[in-house]
Amino acid sequence: MSARRVAVLKGGRSLEREVSLRSGANVEAALRRLGHEVLALDVDQHLVRTLRAERPDVVFIAMHGKGGEDGTVQELLEILGIPYTGSGVIASERAMDKVAAKAEFQAAGVLTPPAYAFSQAAFRELGAAEALPDIEARLGLPLVVKPAKQGSALGVAVAHDPGEVPAALMAALAYDDRVLLERFVPGRELAVSVLGTEDPWALPVVEAVPEGREFYDFEARYTPGITRLHAPADLPAEVAQEAARVALTCYRSLGCRGFGRVDMILDAESRLWVLELNTIPGMTDTSLLPRAAEAAGIGFDELVARILDLAALGL
Amino acid sequence: MALFPEPIPTAIESRPAQITPRDAARYDVRFASRASSIVSSAMRDLMALAERPEIISLAGGFPDTDSFPREIFAEVMSVIERGHVAGALQYGPTEGLLELRERVVEIMAHEGTQARVEDVMITSGGQQAIDLSIRTFVDPGDIVIAEGPTYPGAVPSLTTYEAQVVHVPMDDDGLRVDLLEETLDRLAAEGRRVKLLYTIPNFHNPAGVTMSLERRERLVRVAHERELLLVEDNPYGQIRFEGEPLPTLYQLDDGAGWVIYCSTFSKILAPGVRVGWVVAPPPVLRKMNLGKQGADLCTSTLTQRFILEYLRRHDWREHVARLNDIYRSRRDAMLTALEEEFPPEATWTRPRGGLFVWATLPSFIDTTDLIARAIEREVAFVPGEAAFRDGRGRHSMRLNFSYVSEAEISEAVRRLGQVVNDMIETYRALSPGSP
Repeated sequence: MSARRVAVLKGGRSLEREVSLRSGANVEAALRRLGHEVLALDVDQHLVRTLRAERPDVVFIAMHGKGGEDGTVQELLEILGIPYTGSGVIASERAMDKVAAKAEFQAAGVLTPPAYAFSQAAFRELGAAEALPDIEARLGLPLVVKPAKQGSALGVAVAHDPGEVPAALMAALAYDDRVLLERFVPGRELAVSVLGTEDPWALPVVEAVPEGREFYDFEARYTPGITRLHAPADLPAEVAQEAARVALTCYRSLGCRGFGRVDMILDAESRLWVLELNTIPGMTDTSLLPRAAEAAGIGFDELVARILDLAALGL
Repeated sequence: MALFPEPIPTAIESRPAQITPRDAARYDVRFASRASSIVSSAMRDLMALAERPEIISLAGGFPDTDSFPREIFAEVMSVIERGHVAGALQYGPTEGLLELRERVVEIMAHEGTQARVEDVMITSGGQQAIDLSIRTFVDPGDIVIAEGPTYPGAVPSLTTYEAQVVHVPMDDDGLRVDLLEETLDRLAAEGRRVKLLYTIPNFHNPAGVTMSLERRERLVRVAHERELLLVEDNPYGQIRFEGEPLPTLYQLDDGAGWVIYCSTFSKILAPGVRVGWVVAPPPVLRKMNLGKQGADLCTSTLTQRFILEYLRRHDWREHVARLNDIYRSRRDAMLTALEEEFPPEATWTRPRGGLFVWATLPSFIDTTDLIARAIEREVAFVPGEAAFRDGRGRHSMRLNFSYVSEAEISEAVRRLGQVVNDMIETYRALSPGSP
């Protein structure tokens, strides 16, 4: 494969800026080892001007969260006509919005924890708080409260009794104007990474076992040693196959491209509940996708090479 | 032969890193427990955004270095150039240049504290004085008592040496010595050993309060009665906007040897020189000297020489008076803005010196989460969580007034006030029954 001029987009103003810088650094190093000419860009208000001046052949988007993973940067690259890694504008937008993604997954016949979504305005202008007891009755406790658009589990809180719900809502509303109240499904935290566009395939399931924590929170995600990762996860073959099938269904339902990662819970009755799909999964030292690739015999550099090969244009 | 050497290329094309995420795991099993205890936190990641140029940051603890006269800087550098080049570029004694230690004693005397030159060691910033104090006394699991909140910059040292931190609350008169005594009784009953107490009596960082004379006397009495070692950190004592200086704990100890005193040139001159000092009884100082040899052999002789030649030629008190005028106006701007923009449910300290105001919000607002909203409005602060080792402080924030202009302070507080008021309104909507 010939050497290309690759711009790596990272950083920016997203709350996951630091995570993105770590992903970006790993991706840049891999691209250099692969012999590409690398242009590392910490995204700022001059992005369009810089890309026009530098004219990269292709862009590797190593951004997480708002701006980079939600279709915004993708839209700009469409306008500039520079092929980019990962999903297009529409799939990115849908995946970033947990409410929209859930609807797609349900329509595709995938199990996802029941949830209700509210905007801050619903509470402030329509008195939605009066409906909280009904929600608690329908979903049961504990409840997970999460911002509709945010990654890395930022602003995610678990409420065990009705008294804890307002505080959990306050935490989530700090990160987004729209929040989800979702049934808390206890079980094992699984992640299935997917590679490919026309004919996507699932990498081996990875299980994250956060030590002494209720869920896979920010610290558990990024502190080496706190979370044990099992790749491949120790699962009966039929469960692993079902997880792969579910992940591919989700991936196709949103129209994803290149790569992605589907996070799900395996409950005590062996049911798989999909929580979300990440269109730009982390590439940090503690991230799940590189572990999954490794379990499939794909080293980090080869993983980056494959993602780059699938770079494309098109909404 | 070329008259000038080839310039060294400034943009070095480095070879790509060879460490992949897979390889990173090889270190995990090798990290020392003191390194492993440092975890990733959402707060640290969010705080990194505060460094973005478009953000007005009240998060740092930066003194104003614009006000240091350029002509004096040039003059001092030329004095070094004319007579001290070899010495300024050479290793120096671990304890620091003798004449600088003598000057330190004079500076302390200006605050009414008598110290002996032989008890003074120059350190690389006050930070090293704190680090050496903890390193010299604390074994993993030992208890260190600190104010709640405490200096966030002490936390890495406390974590590295695996101290168990027990916080004792403060009020407007500083550390609650009565609660300290209760805490000491409780710990003694539990058979737990307290190694030292770390305190900032003057213009506390982050709390902004000053320990009253009565509390100081009582604290030193407690130290004597219970043989409790005090580490007194006094970086801000001279950064006083009004009122008279109070005696340091070191002075009140009167040579009994129960106080280790730490201070710095960072606030009275400039932090970039990284020069501070520690004053301790000879047996302690000998151990600290060994510790410092391991850390860095000696403090930069170049910057020690810079300070020394500055002090020989200029009155540092004039520079401090100039700084205090600047900081006083900025503090006033901050307090005025808080009065106008923050909701009645919020409280904050009114410091008479130092660099910080500590504001506390209603208990339903988490200041770490609030950072997300503040960054959106392009303003930043330090969440209170950073000043505790036990998860408390989540409704408080540290606001710095020394670094940005009065206009920026007003604007930053205005934006923060909007964010806070917005969260309060949301909370009211979420809890229809509550007032």
